[in-house]
Amino acid sequence: MITDIITIIGKEFKEIFLLRGSFRSTILNLLIIVGLAGIFFPAQMGTTWLTNPTGLLTWSWLPLFLVMGVVADSFAGERERHTLETLLASRLPDRAILFGKICAAVLYGWGMAVVTILLGAITVNVMHPGEGVRFYPLNSFLTAVALSFLAALLISSIGVLVSLHSATTRQAYQKMSMGFLIIWFIPLLLQFLPESITRPMIQSLAHLNLGQVMGGLLTILVVANIVMLFLAVNRFRRDRLILD
Amino acid sequence: MNSIIRTEALVRQFGNVRAVDGVSIDVPPGIVFGFLGPNGAGKTTTIRLLLGLLEPTAGRAEVFGLDTRASGAQVREQCGALLEHTGLYERLTALDNLEFYGRVWRMNSGERLARAKELLESFGLWERRNDTVSGWSRGMKQKLAVARALFHRPKLIFLDEPTAGLDPVAAAALRDDLQTLVSRQGVTVFLTTHNLPEAEKLCAQVAVIRQGKLLAVGSPQSLRGQENNRVEITGRNINESALAAVRAYPDVTGVEQKDSRLTITLLPGADSAPILTALMQAGVLVDEVHKGRASLEEAFLDLVEEEK
Repeated sequence: MITDIITIIGKEFKEIFLLRGSFRSTILNLLIIVGLAGIFFPAQMGTTWLTNPTGLLTWSWLPLFLVMGVVADSFAGERERHTLETLLASRLPDRAILFGKICAAVLYGWGMAVVTILLGAITVNVMHPGEGVRFYPLNSFLTAVALSFLAALLISSIGVLVSLHSATTRQAYQKMSMGFLIIWFIPLLLQFLPESITRPMIQSLAHLNLGQVMGGLLTILVVANIVMLFLAVNRFRRDRLILD
Repeated sequence: MNSIIRTEALVRQFGNVRAVDGVSIDVPPGIVFGFLGPNGAGKTTTIRLLLGLLEPTAGRAEVFGLDTRASGAQVREQCGALLEHTGLYERLTALDNLEFYGRVWRMNSGERLARAKELLESFGLWERRNDTVSGWSRGMKQKLAVARALFHRPKLIFLDEPTAGLDPVAAAALRDDLQTLVSRQGVTVFLTTHNLPEAEKLCAQVAVIRQGKLLAVGSPQSLRGQENNRVEITGRNINESALAAVRAYPDVTGVEQKDSRLTITLLPGADSAPILTALMQAGVLVDEVHKGRASLEEAFLDLVEEEK
C-alpha cells in the first residue's frame, strides 16, 4: 500500500508542477508566495519576526492556499480530463488512490510552509545581522510546523471531499473558496451578536495565553482532521465516482 | 476453469433503465471475444461490471473464477483496460504515462523501460516518447492508450473501440498485434467495436447486445450462418415484373432492391440458377452475381432490426 501511495504521489507531483502548462510558470507562482511570506514580511519585521510568534503564525499559513488549487484538481480534474476511470480500473486499492492524492497535496502545501518558515529565519539573519545565528524559539517553531501540517491536512481532506463531489476543477475550487470565505467571515459576524454573549467570550479569551490558544487550535485541527479523513474514506467508492 | 469470463443473468439498473438486462455469456480463454451493439446498448456498462467498477443489480459476473462483486481488486490486478476514453495524462509525456502505469503494476525500472521501448517502437511512437501527449493526434493517443493497456502483460484485456481514430494502416497493425498476443501468449481480449468487418476478422466469438439484452452469441460464422444464403445481383433494367417473378419462387424468402443491386435471400440449399434464368427472361441485364452468406454486418443489422 505504501508503494502504491508513493506511486500516486509521484504522479501527482509531476502533474502539480505542470498544472498551468509549464514548469516555469508553476515555479514562478511558488516564488511569489514563498518570497512574500519567507522574504518580504521577515525582512520588514526584522528580528521581531523571530521573537514574536504572531507574524510567524500568521504568514506561514500563506503557502497552504496552494493546497486548495492542487486538491481541487485531485478527483474533479481527473474526472474532467477523463483519466479517472482508467485509474480506477487499475489494480490500485481505493485507499492508495485517496491517501496518495491527500499526501501529495499535504506534502506540497506543508513543504512550502516549512520552506517559508526556514527562509524567514535565513532572511532575518541576512538582512538584520546580529551576534551569531538566530532562530525561532523552539516551541514557536514546532507549533508553526505542526499547525501548518494539520492545516494542510485539513484543507486536503476537505478539498478531496469537495473534489469527489464536483464535476470540474473550477466547480471544486469555487465550492472550496466559498467555504473558506464563510469561515473567514465568522469572526466579523461575531460583532453583531448581543453583548451579553460576546462579553463572556472575550473575557475568557483574555485569560488565555498564546500557548493555550495554540494548544486549543491544535486539538481542534486534530479532531477536524480525523472527522474529515473518516468522511473522505467513506465517500470514496469506485462505483459512485464512475457514475457521478 | 473453462471460462475466463462468465456472467449469469447479469443485470445493472440505473433508475428505471436496465442498462444490462439478464446477460449471460461465457468467454473461453485465449480468444478475441467481440461484444457488438449500437450506441447505448450496454457494452461499456458490461465492461465496468466485469472489472468490478460497478456492482450488478442482480445476477453474477465471474472473471478468472472470481466474483467481481467481492473480488474486484483481484480481477483488476490481472486485467488491462482501454475504456471509453484514452485515460491518458495529457500534461505528461508518453513515457511518463507508461512509466506511471508500470509503477502501478509494480514493474521494475529496467522492465518498464524495455517494455515501453518495445511497445512504443511497435506503434511507431518511440521517437515521440518525450513529447507531452496533449499535442498528439487522436490516433497517436489511441495507440499510446492501447500500449498502456498491454504494458503489464495482462492475461485479459478489455478494449473499448480500440481502433477508433486510428488510420487504416495503424488499425491493421493493431489487429495483427492483438492476433499475435492471442495466438502466441494466450491472452484473452474482450473487445467492443462498431467496426463489424474488424470483428469478423479478429473475433473467434461475438455477442450482440441491444438495449441491455443479449441478442445472439456465437462465432461470426455461426451468426452469419443463421441467415439463409444470399445472392447479390448487380444489373440493369430491374423491373417490377422481374421482382414478381423472383418472389414467386418458393425457395425465395426475401428480395431487396437498392438501385441496380438486388439481394435475394434463399432457403438453405436452394438452387439459384432458375432464379437467375427467370430474371434474365424478365429482361434484366445481369452484370455481376455474387453468392454467399450474409456478412457479419448484415447479420448484425438484421438481428438489431428484428428486435426493434
